[in-house]
Amino acid sequence: MSTSSAPPDFLPEELLADAIIRLIGEVRHVAVGNASPIPALAALTLRERGGGKPYVSLLGSRRHMFFTDGGRELFDCAGQGRIDVFFLSGGEIDGEGNINLVSIGDYDQPKVRFPGSFGSGYLYYVVPKVILFRVEHSRRTLVPKVSFISAPGGNAENVHRTGGPIALVTNRCLFAFDQARRRFRLMSVHPGHSVEEVIENTGFDFDRPDAVPVTPAPSPDTLRLMRETVAPQLAEVYPQFAERVFGVKLTAGAL
Amino acid sequence: MPTIARSLDEALAPIADGCVLAVPRESAGVPMAATRALIRRGIKRLHLIALPTSSLQADLLIGAGCIETLETSAVSLGEFGLAPRFTAAILASSITMKDATCPALHAAFQAAEKGVPFIPLRGLIGSDILAHRPDWRVIDNPFGNNDPIVLLPAIKPDFALFHAGMADRAGNVFIGRDRELLTMAHAAAHTIATVEALYDGNLMDDPALSAGTVPGFYVDTVAVAPRGAWPLPLLDHYPADGAHLAEYARLAATPEGFARYLDQYVHVQRAA
Repeated sequence: MSTSSAPPDFLPEELLADAIIRLIGEVRHVAVGNASPIPALAALTLRERGGGKPYVSLLGSRRHMFFTDGGRELFDCAGQGRIDVFFLSGGEIDGEGNINLVSIGDYDQPKVRFPGSFGSGYLYYVVPKVILFRVEHSRRTLVPKVSFISAPGGNAENVHRTGGPIALVTNRCLFAFDQARRRFRLMSVHPGHSVEEVIENTGFDFDRPDAVPVTPAPSPDTLRLMRETVAPQLAEVYPQFAERVFGVKLTAGAL
Repeated sequence: MPTIARSLDEALAPIADGCVLAVPRESAGVPMAATRALIRRGIKRLHLIALPTSSLQADLLIGAGCIETLETSAVSLGEFGLAPRFTAAILASSITMKDATCPALHAAFQAAEKGVPFIPLRGLIGSDILAHRPDWRVIDNPFGNNDPIVLLPAIKPDFALFHAGMADRAGNVFIGRDRELLTMAHAAAHTIATVEALYDGNLMDDPALSAGTVPGFYVDTVAVAPRGAWPLPLLDHYPADGAHLAEYARLAATPEGFARYLDQYVHVQRAA
């Protein structure tokens, strides 16, 4: 673990986006849904670095969206296997990769209500690489069993399923997901965090190697791209995030 | 022939208590001026279908007591957090919620526009969304072998209501790339559109514009409502009013604050 007392020269959001960039890998088309500013930062940065590759479809954007067939095109595109990577979160996520975007407690008389399932009840099944992100890593969010399954981590053999979760990114660590065994495996712990802390704050069992690496810091080049080139692009769809994290204000020209 | 209404209230008059009303997601032209007019009129028992999600619009209608049933995939204020009146209504069981997933709503509208009774969709199997939708079925794909697939009934709303940039005097409405508005108009029995401004000439005469146009054939009424999506965005025209949405989120956190919001921004017609 990092015990250095010098503060890191990157923000937590930048570290998570950089980790997501590595998880995306070499693909043709990355789509980013609602309420996903950190994945959007990752996808747009990767595209800048790749000189326009991969294609990025950013929901809610005019500039970073090539779809011309309305809201359904994202789903039709995914159903055909033309979207390689998507991002989902959850009010709760459990150790089998089930995600809950709906409610806690009895569905008809819930104790907590989240916004709803969005496209998860479909995209989780048909996008080959779904990257789960949940910034708050706690026993409240990472639970033994979700109250409501918006989308399951896996299905019976005969159910058409060309996609599913490959990883989970939190503010403390990075997990890989083994779809065959339906279990998470700790891949790395972020600088300043520890394995003990991850165990303490995770409500489900997971596998881990004997020695857990530290998540690498973003390179100076990546940080420069994020701050100078991508942050102003983000302001179109995520003005609050762009201003809070990067101090970038939405300008009329970004519309 | 579609009518160009003399006022917003005149255009909205046919939308009666208890009807099934379809509206679009935040980035596709949410008719907020029309929503405030419906609340002022005291509309009740709406079955609101937000294709496929909603934000301020559903929250306002719920808080104002206009909704009996809500069918959508999510309600959230996005960067401004949870939708407070939606959340409160669900916790109090004061509305009926039909949880969906986005492509299920898109597909069910597409079934209606084709005039077929149902449409299949991948995904959903093993989810609690499906478990809580007795109106959805799972069949074995008749063209496959041991391949379960979900069937969704067509959604045929009484009204589609949306806001767009412009319409011509023949009632053709320009929607550009927001083509789910075309699907909504095809699926609904009646369509009412509010627009920023009227277009001089006929949109159908220009091949580039006509490709992004809902033909007047599908449209009942158009009303002019400048800044009619405010405080939500109308892409290509204006962004969301973030300061106002932050104020809404703060006020709507309590019933008293929500009532103050209605007094200040809905019941008193806002001076343009």
